[in-house]
Amino acid sequence: MNTKAANSEPKKAQSGRPARLSLADWMPKIVMAPTVVVTLVCIYGYMIWTAVLSFTNSRMLPSYKFVGVEQYERLFNNDRWIVALTNLGIFGGLFILICLFLGVVLAIFLDQKIRAEGAIRTIYLYPMAISFIVTGTAWKWLLNPTNGFEKLMIDLGFENFRFDWLVNPDMVVYCLVIAAVWQASGFVMALFLAGLRGVDGDLIKAAHLDGAGTFTTYRRIILPSLKPVFFSAMVILSHIAIKSFDLVAALTNGGPGYASDLPANFMYAHTFTRSQVGLGSASAMVMLGCVLAILIPYLYSELRGERHE
Amino acid sequence: MSKTSTGRQTTWVEKALRAALYAVLIIMAAVYLMPFLVMLLTSLKDVEEIRTGTLLSLPSTLDLSAWGKAWGEACTGNNCGGISPYFLNSFQIVIPAVLISTLLGAINGYVISLWKFRGSDLFFAALLVGCFIPFQVILLPMARTLGWLGIANTTTGLVFVHVVYGVAFTTLFFRNFYQAIPGELVKAARLDGAGFFTIFYRIILPLSTPIIVVTVIWQFTQIWNDFLFGVAFSGFDTQPVTVALNNLVNTSFGGKEYNVDMAAAIIAALPTLAVYVLAGKYFVRGLTAGAVKG
Repeated sequence: MNTKAANSEPKKAQSGRPARLSLADWMPKIVMAPTVVVTLVCIYGYMIWTAVLSFTNSRMLPSYKFVGVEQYERLFNNDRWIVALTNLGIFGGLFILICLFLGVVLAIFLDQKIRAEGAIRTIYLYPMAISFIVTGTAWKWLLNPTNGFEKLMIDLGFENFRFDWLVNPDMVVYCLVIAAVWQASGFVMALFLAGLRGVDGDLIKAAHLDGAGTFTTYRRIILPSLKPVFFSAMVILSHIAIKSFDLVAALTNGGPGYASDLPANFMYAHTFTRSQVGLGSASAMVMLGCVLAILIPYLYSELRGERHE
Repeated sequence: MSKTSTGRQTTWVEKALRAALYAVLIIMAAVYLMPFLVMLLTSLKDVEEIRTGTLLSLPSTLDLSAWGKAWGEACTGNNCGGISPYFLNSFQIVIPAVLISTLLGAINGYVISLWKFRGSDLFFAALLVGCFIPFQVILLPMARTLGWLGIANTTTGLVFVHVVYGVAFTTLFFRNFYQAIPGELVKAARLDGAGFFTIFYRIILPLSTPIIVVTVIWQFTQIWNDFLFGVAFSGFDTQPVTVALNNLVNTSFGGKEYNVDMAAAIIAALPTLAVYVLAGKYFVRGLTAGAVKG
């Protein structure tokens, strides 16, 4: 396809102004066509396909016998799903809040003309380069009650120290938070640091001339101007949280029991290992709903902002 | 530089605050480094030493046998050839997937920003959604499609999937970059008789080095670190290293060899860590470009 297009180019060049609907005019559309087709099929088509399946009684194989919202009813009567959804609330909420807090604080601290800033920043951010599977493996070892922190503290002389979150159904979700925060907080820091560096220097100077101290300047001037960064970071973090699948797979495998399941793991288990395609599809649609609920207002405000510029 | 010229005096309070600031930053750096340090230390100990020592105790001898075992002998599931075959699988998936998705992204970005046609903006918005959907929503239909195409459980199938869902991001990167190129440049070249591909090849591509680097690094990291597609669409022999690592760590028969697990985890992380260390600037730019999309 491409070679044909390249050959046709000289012809067009000789004819001066491109003729109406010449190949050259079609070229942009032709080269985009594969992406358009693949996007329509593999994103929108599949989305609709999954939506359709969520209204059928599909079990091991897709079937097209429609059963209305039965799968959704089953889903929300399923204790494991409720646990997964609750976990997502706890995990997502804490993960986002702690990452934002750490990100802002570390960025402000690093912004104080720190020596070796580059090295420190590099250290904060390196977990982001690593797969969640590796992160999960590492923290599974660190949080392991018989060998990890607990043993370290006991050997240091704190003999009654107990840290068994990883095997405690009530606490295991917080282990996910710890590992995920370790992984992503440096990235939030980098976002905020970039934001801080972009704040108008004159504004800060003016504030200083007016007698504002460092603290007041940050609180009244700098942080409010970082609102878009807050917003972006929140969207990305909530997106990471909703999609989280690999961290659970590697760190807890959903256990003990299904105490640390997240919706993504529920979906995978029901669709691929428990032969509940209809139920799995319904759970995927709920996940999509969660993402869209966050994404649509975000894209709307971003695109509107662009138009104003 | 003198105290009077700045109108400030360094009081002991300021000095103390400054010291506290450094202390916090250094402690946090230690916290971020600690897991990696523990992994490294554990991978260098033998099983007995792991049992008796603590996380942060230094290995008594420099024992690299766990690394050898992780690379060539450790069992992932029923296969006891170490993670090296899977490490190579990952490269076989990543390299074509990165190249194809980057090339497509460059051309798409070029069209969307410099050859706009009716509906191209709308299409871009539609494509953007593809960056954000939870992949659970396409997992099953894609599995069926790969089956129909006869590429289920193959490296080709995984490359295909990564290209399909990577193009949204690569297009976004290139579009944002090309958006800054003045349209007059293209118009002038067209008046001179240059066509679509000539302009791309002669004018646009030479300007694109920075964004190509960012995109390649971003795609490399994303695809290398992927687990979901790997676990859903790969066969026993085509698993990427993340899937193999997870199988290795969750293999429960026999005594648990944490040193081997940790060595394998570091091996699985090395390529992306290397990219980060060597090209950190571009890595961060990719992160923020992917993040602040706009």
